[in-house]
Amino acid sequence: MEKTMNLTLRVWRQKNRLDVGKFVEYQLENISEDSSFLEMLDILSEQLVEGGHEPVAFDHDCREGICGMCSMTINGMPHGPENGTTACQLHMRHFHDGQTITIEPWRAKPFPVIKDLVVDRSPLDRIIQSGGFITGRAGSAVDANAMPISKQIADYAMDAAACIGCGACVAACPNASAMLFTAAKVSHMNSLPQGKAEKDRRSLAMVTTMDGEGFGGCTNIGECEAACPKGIPLDMIAQLNRDYAVAQVKNFFQPVL
Amino acid sequence: MNLDSKIPEGPLENKWSSHKFNMKLVNPANRRKYHVIVVGSGLAGGAAAASLAEQGYNVSCFCYQDSPRRAHSIAAQGGINAAKNYQNDGDSVKRLFYDTVKGGDYRAREANVYRLAEVSADIIDQCVAQGVPFAREYGGYLANRSFGGAQVSRTFYARGQTGQQLLLGAYAALSKQIGLGKVKMYNRHEMLDVVKVDGHAKGIIVRNMISGEVSRHAGDCVVLATGGYGNVFFLSTNAQGCNVTAAYRAHKRGAGFANPCYTQIHPTCIPVHGDQQSKLTLMSESLRNDGRVWAPMSADTAKQIREGKLNPNDVAEDDRDYFLERKYPSFGNLAPRDISSRAAKEACDEGRGVATTGLGVFLDFRDAIKRDGQKTIEERYGNLFEMYQCITGDNPYETPMMIFPAVHYTMGGLWVNYNLESTIPGMFVGGEANFSDHGANRLGASALMQGLADGYFVLPYTVGNYLGEQGVAAAGQVTTDHPAFAEVEADVKGRIEKFMSINGTESPRSFHKRLGNIVWEKCGMARSKEGLEEAIKEIQALKKEFWSNLRVVGDADSLNPELERAGRVADFIEFGELMCRDALMREESCGGHFRVEHQTDDGEAKRDDDNFTFAGVWEYQGDDTDPQLHKEPLIYENVKLVTRSYK
Amino acid sequence: MCSLCSFLKSTIGRKILMALSGLVLVLFVLGHMLGNLQIFLGADVINAYAYKLHHVLPTSGLWAIRLFLLGTIAVHLWAAISLTLDNRKARPQGYDEDKPIQASYGARTMRVSGLILLAFIVFHIAHYTARVIPSMEYNDESVMSPVEVPLVKNGHVVMKEGAPVMTFNVNDMMVDGFQVWWVSLFYIIATGLLCLHLSHGFSSMFQSVGLRNSLWRKRLDKIALIYGWVIFLGFAIIPVATLAGILKEDPTGGAGEPVAAITETLHK
Repeated sequence: MEKTMNLTLRVWRQKNRLDVGKFVEYQLENISEDSSFLEMLDILSEQLVEGGHEPVAFDHDCREGICGMCSMTINGMPHGPENGTTACQLHMRHFHDGQTITIEPWRAKPFPVIKDLVVDRSPLDRIIQSGGFITGRAGSAVDANAMPISKQIADYAMDAAACIGCGACVAACPNASAMLFTAAKVSHMNSLPQGKAEKDRRSLAMVTTMDGEGFGGCTNIGECEAACPKGIPLDMIAQLNRDYAVAQVKNFFQPVL
Repeated sequence: MNLDSKIPEGPLENKWSSHKFNMKLVNPANRRKYHVIVVGSGLAGGAAAASLAEQGYNVSCFCYQDSPRRAHSIAAQGGINAAKNYQNDGDSVKRLFYDTVKGGDYRAREANVYRLAEVSADIIDQCVAQGVPFAREYGGYLANRSFGGAQVSRTFYARGQTGQQLLLGAYAALSKQIGLGKVKMYNRHEMLDVVKVDGHAKGIIVRNMISGEVSRHAGDCVVLATGGYGNVFFLSTNAQGCNVTAAYRAHKRGAGFANPCYTQIHPTCIPVHGDQQSKLTLMSESLRNDGRVWAPMSADTAKQIREGKLNPNDVAEDDRDYFLERKYPSFGNLAPRDISSRAAKEACDEGRGVATTGLGVFLDFRDAIKRDGQKTIEERYGNLFEMYQCITGDNPYETPMMIFPAVHYTMGGLWVNYNLESTIPGMFVGGEANFSDHGANRLGASALMQGLADGYFVLPYTVGNYLGEQGVAAAGQVTTDHPAFAEVEADVKGRIEKFMSINGTESPRSFHKRLGNIVWEKCGMARSKEGLEEAIKEIQALKKEFWSNLRVVGDADSLNPELERAGRVADFIEFGELMCRDALMREESCGGHFRVEHQTDDGEAKRDDDNFTFAGVWEYQGDDTDPQLHKEPLIYENVKLVTRSYK
Repeated sequence: MCSLCSFLKSTIGRKILMALSGLVLVLFVLGHMLGNLQIFLGADVINAYAYKLHHVLPTSGLWAIRLFLLGTIAVHLWAAISLTLDNRKARPQGYDEDKPIQASYGARTMRVSGLILLAFIVFHIAHYTARVIPSMEYNDESVMSPVEVPLVKNGHVVMKEGAPVMTFNVNDMMVDGFQVWWVSLFYIIATGLLCLHLSHGFSSMFQSVGLRNSLWRKRLDKIALIYGWVIFLGFAIIPVATLAGILKEDPTGGAGEPVAAITETLHK
């Protein structure tokens, strides 16, 4: 009753950061269409281990589409062909028997390959460290209902905050730009009244860090939005551009940084 | 083993405030002389690391993921409880406290639970200040919903991503401190052992998962916030990397492990599709508000459905067994988690299970759709239905959903006193990793509350108290040059070498699966003396096999997921045995722990308050010696023990 | 770092400059097109229009505008090149299997269309403004129409101090130019690329300065496409009409008789 398929995988194998890396082909048989994509890779790993070979290294953790750890480009598309889906939530029923699947790591200079499909995404953390926070020391908060926030703004902030930091936007962008990632955090925090005090500082600092990490610029083509498993819209980038411009103008007359 | 719970004197309501007053303080100028090690970056660890750094301590924080933002707290969906009483519906600290103690089937420590309820309101304030986008009403005030059968609306939520948003709040606070240099963050580092100097926890040994380098880290105290051990069952709703290693290593170095048999099984998970499965996915319990749970009346009908010869929609009304409605007429499909889970298992054990594996029952919305229309159902559960369809490929509007219970939280953990300090002085344990607040069963929306309470509002005080007691002269005195570090480091390295050198034929994953099968079958939803004794023997045999037939490919000095898993599985195997021992010892049924010998005539759990109102704390005695049980009696001064009934 | 420097160094800052310079150029091409289309109203009209452009401001003002436009192009170009270099650096290795998920053709080819347009602009200025393209020196009256013709307004030759005011024969310059098939082809291709460039750029500039959302993105994308087509058709119709023989040379500049005859009549 369960449908199965045979597949050819072309997987990027790279021993470490310095290795050149290459594609290696593997044949897989009897993959259940109910398996997730990562479970299919688990089976490949077991098969490789059985033959005494090292399994394919790939990042993954929660396997329910929320932690943002999984990161692989499947047939040229970050997280694969399904819209709004992380690789871990992608199921094999979206592939067909006999198909060849090409699996590559995220490609971006700021994301060096650590091994096989595993890349180093710490630049995203550093962008947050430079300003992606609203300072609120534990113990200093006022009552949560002291400041009403319109539902519209709360919902908008939530839309932006849904980012899982997987880096698919960077991976999808031909310029390896981290604008969507940065913009999501800036939009989330800049739009809330709590975040206003640090708004200009945040916009300037996060963009400076983003550029300094070696990400490319935005060419407004929208590949990031299309690849984003959480559907973060380009609107957020428009807001970042606006907030950044305003912050720069203010900074010109009275330094905020 | 010293099980002094250090519960402060005085009436329940004043315990925490008077304790805060009595605790030692560290002068702000001296705080920078101390160094705190925090392992884990979830709600408890991340919040504790950030808060301690804000206070001025130097912090090193470790996580196995590539970023602290990925800790598994992120996956919690439903919400976070807080006794704010914003809805004016009769909530109070006392009511939250009472609900939590009762929900925990009277196996939690009163004083801890009261404190949890007390600080719950501060958590919401703190999170809102950090910009957590909680759901709001049109008037701009925070929205609440009722959750997990609570009679008041006290749950705050951020869509279905509450855990994510709370974690990102803690992560932002932590990130700020990392940016300021107050926290040194070690991503992709796994703690492999704890180092004790003069009986106190003073450091840890970690492995850099990229380079394979094993290194020593010294501090003035250690905070473990390393989550639960649900992955001992192989299949659970936990993340792939969740493991018991840090807690179990600490246990082996002298920390008591309390109530390991308290595991929570969630009834509404998507069933296992086959043996290629790696993970179970939870769906919100709210589905049971409108879905009716049923299994075919006869095993034969079930077989036909499994084989695809019969469409479940064509099963006649008389051939359907709405077993929850039948057994629990007053609660029906909304019966609590443990009870619903067991009933589903029973149906499947009788051969009446559906899904390809026979491990599933229906959650049918046919009647609800007929009654309210598809549109209403879509509005209520649209995203859940989509998720279900994404994973299973079935459209739940047309064919009934299938569900099966799965492990998703563990109430047991390292024993801690009121200060969240384990039996190793200087080693604090927060969040799911400790045993303190949920007793034998956790209420919905309470895990996030506990993690943040520990991280933001308890550990920052109690860690400071410990450091203050040690005195400023002791600050930073222990360095990694101390011989204790060399010793433990050698142990860790020896263990890694051992894994690499067994050269057997079976992969760590395969051992993990086998272990999971044993504990799920015999220490899962229903446990028996006989089964548990078998399980212990089987696990011991598995352990032998593991150490003689393990195969770890690759090498130890680079990224090697096989080696990582080997270490975790080795600890899970030993821990699994401990869990079975605890379940065997506890001759009663309470909360998530159900012993088939201890049930009423109609199959309900039977607690034994006279003999088992205690936390069972296990002390490690050596690899070849059985662990020793200690008991911390649970004294109820404010709550009267009654039997839970859902008939 | 000074705030202006940090603005210019940032990717967003350069994108904003690109958008603002783009806006100037977007408006310029529209004006240019409307001006050109006057050729269909007759040689006198387009010539008079050209005369006006040259005389409405003093020469220094004219040069200021020219330099401003050239400067705008330079800024647009600098932003594009420096960002492109940064972007290339950020993605040294692409995907083996590289499929755009949704990006439009126009959006993906901005650099190519922009560079070809640049080449065209250089040619175009050399051709019509500087008039230095070999074999197209309009000063050579043996090959081409007279360079200067009388200025005609409302059907009358404009006179000044007893002599007709002379103006540059823009009509014939265009017609002569477009009668060369490859010039027309290049011109049509270039305006086609301009259309492609605008179909992304027109909408994109709003995004870069932060004045766009999902709703307006859809609208602006449509407007951009329409705008691009309008510009393309408006420009391309002239060489097409020329090659089709609809637009013709007029050595009298719309006066109806050669300038010698006018002067003769005058003296009579």
